[in-house]
Amino acid sequence: MVKVEFLGPISREPMQIDAKTLEDVAKILSEDSQLKEWLESAAVAVNDTLVSSTDVVLKDGDRVSLLPPVCGG
Amino acid sequence: MLELYDGALHVSEILSRWYDEESESNYGAYIPFIGTVRSEDGIDGLSFDIYEPILQSWFDAWQLRAKEAGAVVKMAHSRGDVMLHESSYIAAIFSPKRRVALEMIETFVEDFKASAPIWKYDLKDSKRIYARERSTPIKGSGILGGKR
Repeated sequence: MVKVEFLGPISREPMQIDAKTLEDVAKILSEDSQLKEWLESAAVAVNDTLVSSTDVVLKDGDRVSLLPPVCGG
Repeated sequence: MLELYDGALHVSEILSRWYDEESESNYGAYIPFIGTVRSEDGIDGLSFDIYEPILQSWFDAWQLRAKEAGAVVKMAHSRGDVMLHESSYIAAIFSPKRRVALEMIETFVEDFKASAPIWKYDLKDSKRIYARERSTPIKGSGILGGKR
């Protein structure tokens, strides 16, 4: 199982899902119509490191974070 | 050094403390950028969420980049609510000569706006509204939504 966290304005409780890759995460999250729109604009981190492709193999206990568009300052 | 505070920043305390911290470091230039909350669109203030682990690693990478140029970068940011005319953000570069600091403060602040994991909300009519139109997707965003 991996933990999926939704940061900032996505405002969702974390989920535990059964996923072996980020492709699996994308498939599972896109089944939720409210989350689907965030997937288009969110950056993704695995264990607090930003990743740039879904070609990432996940291990049991990994943490995937979704970071929506930012605006500090 | 990265400093996070609940609520508005105490600008004069932070600027003078940073000045004192580097007063013996032989830097010829200290260039601060101070961001304050402006009155516009009827807002009462702004509010911020921060994801600290990734903010810290982004800032650590900038500290290394500054060090390679012989400079030092410091930053302070607010969490939670900051009302009109208060400050939510201060960044500063110290460098031996002015040119490095003048150029780096611009690059640093622009990269901060595009990359730092901080989310801004307008405080208006007792509501906290995500400033979606003013926000920027972090580089590489959308990979779970088909941008692969």
